[in-house]
Amino acid sequence: MINIVILTLLVVIAIAIIRMKDLFAVVMLLGIYGLLSASFFVAMDAVDVAFTEAAVGAGISTLLMLVVISMTGRREITTRHKPFSALFVVAITGFLLIYGTLDMPYFGSADAPIHGHVAPRYINDSMQEIGIPNIVTSVLASYRAFDTFGEVVVIFTAGIGVLALLSVVRRPEDPEQIAVINDSMHERHLVIRIIAKILIPFILLFALYVQFHGDFGPGGGFQAGVIFAAAIILYTMLFGLSTARRVINQSLIRLVAATGVLLYGSVGLATLLSGGNFFDYNVLANDPIAGQHLGIALIELGVGCTVAVVIIIIFFNFAARREMQLNNKKQHQDKKNKESSSC
Amino acid sequence: MIAHLPALQVHLPVLQVIIPLMAAPICLILKRAHPVWLFALITSGLAFVISVLLLQQVMTSGVISYELGGWQAPWGIEYRIDKLNAFVLLIITSISTIVLFAAQTSIEKEIPKSKHTFFYILYLLSLTGMLGIVATGDAFNVFVFLEISSLSAYALIAMGKDRRALWAAYQYLIMGTIGATFILIGIGLMYQMTGTLNMEDLSQRLPEVAQTRTVFTAFAFVIVGVCLKLALFPLHLWLPNAYAYAPSIVTAFFAATATKVAIYLLIRFTFTIFGLSFSFTTIPLQTLFMALGLAGIFIASTSAIYQKNIKLLFAYSSIAQIGYMIVGFSISSVTGLTATLLHMFNHALMKSAIFLALGAVMYRLGNVQLSSFHGLGRQMPFTMAAIVIGGLSLIGVPLTVGFVSKWYLLLALLEQGWWPVAVLILLGSVLAVIYVWRLVEVAYFKEPLSDQVPVKEAPMFFIIPIWTLIIANIYFGIDTRLSVQVAQAAAMSLFGVTP
Repeated sequence: MINIVILTLLVVIAIAIIRMKDLFAVVMLLGIYGLLSASFFVAMDAVDVAFTEAAVGAGISTLLMLVVISMTGRREITTRHKPFSALFVVAITGFLLIYGTLDMPYFGSADAPIHGHVAPRYINDSMQEIGIPNIVTSVLASYRAFDTFGEVVVIFTAGIGVLALLSVVRRPEDPEQIAVINDSMHERHLVIRIIAKILIPFILLFALYVQFHGDFGPGGGFQAGVIFAAAIILYTMLFGLSTARRVINQSLIRLVAATGVLLYGSVGLATLLSGGNFFDYNVLANDPIAGQHLGIALIELGVGCTVAVVIIIIFFNFAARREMQLNNKKQHQDKKNKESSSC
Repeated sequence: MIAHLPALQVHLPVLQVIIPLMAAPICLILKRAHPVWLFALITSGLAFVISVLLLQQVMTSGVISYELGGWQAPWGIEYRIDKLNAFVLLIITSISTIVLFAAQTSIEKEIPKSKHTFFYILYLLSLTGMLGIVATGDAFNVFVFLEISSLSAYALIAMGKDRRALWAAYQYLIMGTIGATFILIGIGLMYQMTGTLNMEDLSQRLPEVAQTRTVFTAFAFVIVGVCLKLALFPLHLWLPNAYAYAPSIVTAFFAATATKVAIYLLIRFTFTIFGLSFSFTTIPLQTLFMALGLAGIFIASTSAIYQKNIKLLFAYSSIAQIGYMIVGFSISSVTGLTATLLHMFNHALMKSAIFLALGAVMYRLGNVQLSSFHGLGRQMPFTMAAIVIGGLSLIGVPLTVGFVSKWYLLLALLEQGWWPVAVLILLGSVLAVIYVWRLVEVAYFKEPLSDQVPVKEAPMFFIIPIWTLIIANIYFGIDTRLSVQVAQAAAMSLFGVTP
């Protein structure tokens, strides 16, 4: 029942997003879409995925899109052009997707192939083989550790892509000017700033909890990384980019991003050199279970580092573009003012 | 620990992918552009050595299976190297290494200094992605590495000097994401019907459920997704601009490898996973692909004739060449597939040589418009000669590699008695003659324009890799033992024929 309600809402929001011309509202709706998807995942018992979706889909990607809108303007440019051929392709794709569902096994059916082939071993034996209660973590960090490694590299690639395309060379800032900005913001956002300052330590602590509790409950490096980054981003939004830059050294965090991937990979190399296959954690310690624990803890740490730092890098570089645009505008205006005064 | 080192040979399949992968974050730590370039070059060279060793091993002792994490296949991820992917791995790593040799000189004029390190990191990541797609025996693992290679490709293309590179990369991003999503939907549906992601396991479990509508849908999504990635006509629209406005090095690397990886995936999904009988008898793939391949050859070659930007010209030519590979594939015979595999290898050799030479022209002139080529034959003799020989190879003149693959393609067509198609293939080559001739005419038979500043020959860092590739073009056109033997063996093993 709840599934039907959520899915209906998802469809309604999707249609609203297409119809809407105000991009600010569209981004807000996308955030709601993300949150609803996360709820849907919870209803489907995929709590680990829901975690990430709530943080990334509803939180951080919404924020990034807002930064972009603040640079481009909030109205969609309407065109008379009606792309009927695109509609045709979409209709065919949709039809094919529905057609494909006709012979699917029923949802939740016990005889479905996905429940009968590889899954039983994960469910029955993972506790013995890996010694971790959370089967999701066992699968993603040990049975299919290489996929997860790939995912981390995908995130790393995204970070490098953003750095390669968006990073700007900045002039050193005037500390006095930062203080001025800080003071002016102090008056405007007093309440939010104080509350955020109280909250941030708890968010960071929660991130660490999610990081290290992934073996026992939903969580792990991906979720923890995103939550950790969210705390930093919250701080940046309230206290300004320049202040945040002084807390977080840009070239240092690039190193952390690289270290995360390297840490993950080094666990694999260590298993190679100890005589096992790549990512065969059993050889890391005398007791295979202890080896599995060690391996999983280390790679989760690598995931957490890279994910947190890459998200921070992406946000900082987006925001720096916005800052640059504002500065250029200001300089332009200053010049204009000077010219008019000299006249 | 050290005592285990000689045993590393067992781990070659994973080292093939892991070495460039681990090198990428190390580059970020090294930071300065010059050592990063050297490091990337050495890494790529190492990957090349590994791919040679792998091919040797596969040719003598058969399929290598490597269990990642020590978990047995359908539960864990398996790397599975057979003749087909060992061959493709060799193509990717060899081209990557040769192209990377010229990278430092080429990007000096095309990419701002502060971004050079990022360029090499993305290049290595893109190499990693392609190697990962090819080496793995797990369908979902394909998707993960597809993401790595695509993301880095979008960023690399967007780094082009021309502002239009951004738009081209954006178009590619949209089309590529749709393609990757389709592949993911297909893999998801296959998983739902079989409960497994391992390719070998899938091939055994799919026939049971082959008649269901879900498997049909899965097949359709995977094939359309892969065809988007390989720029099969009419899904090719992203390719010309992406190749034309990307940095020259990126174009040379991608034109030689990226579409080949997609064709590899097409072969892997149709032959290994879904199986021959499903792919070619249940579904009329043969006629469809034959028609699309031929249409691609003619329409893309004709568009190539009208291009004023030479990079764009050869980008269209690439679409036409993909058409030849698809025609060979659609014959679905051992000879046809041999022709396709051979052409993957040969086309990589010619296009990387041509695009590198165009990179050299870009380095000296700052653009590759046809009008800038006036009299260039005398001013940059080595570079222009390379483009001409590469062009002859594209046409399929004897003593070049182009001839070998066209020969096998014609043989395969005549074997089936499809001589009208064979005639069409020859007509397609005539179109190639026209577009190559336009360039030759301007470069050799026109005087340099009066307002043109005289230019020097390209630096050695260009000439050496370009001529290495050109010599390979001629060498493998004469001594076809290696390429034909491997391609034939790979094709036979896909058809389950023992030689």
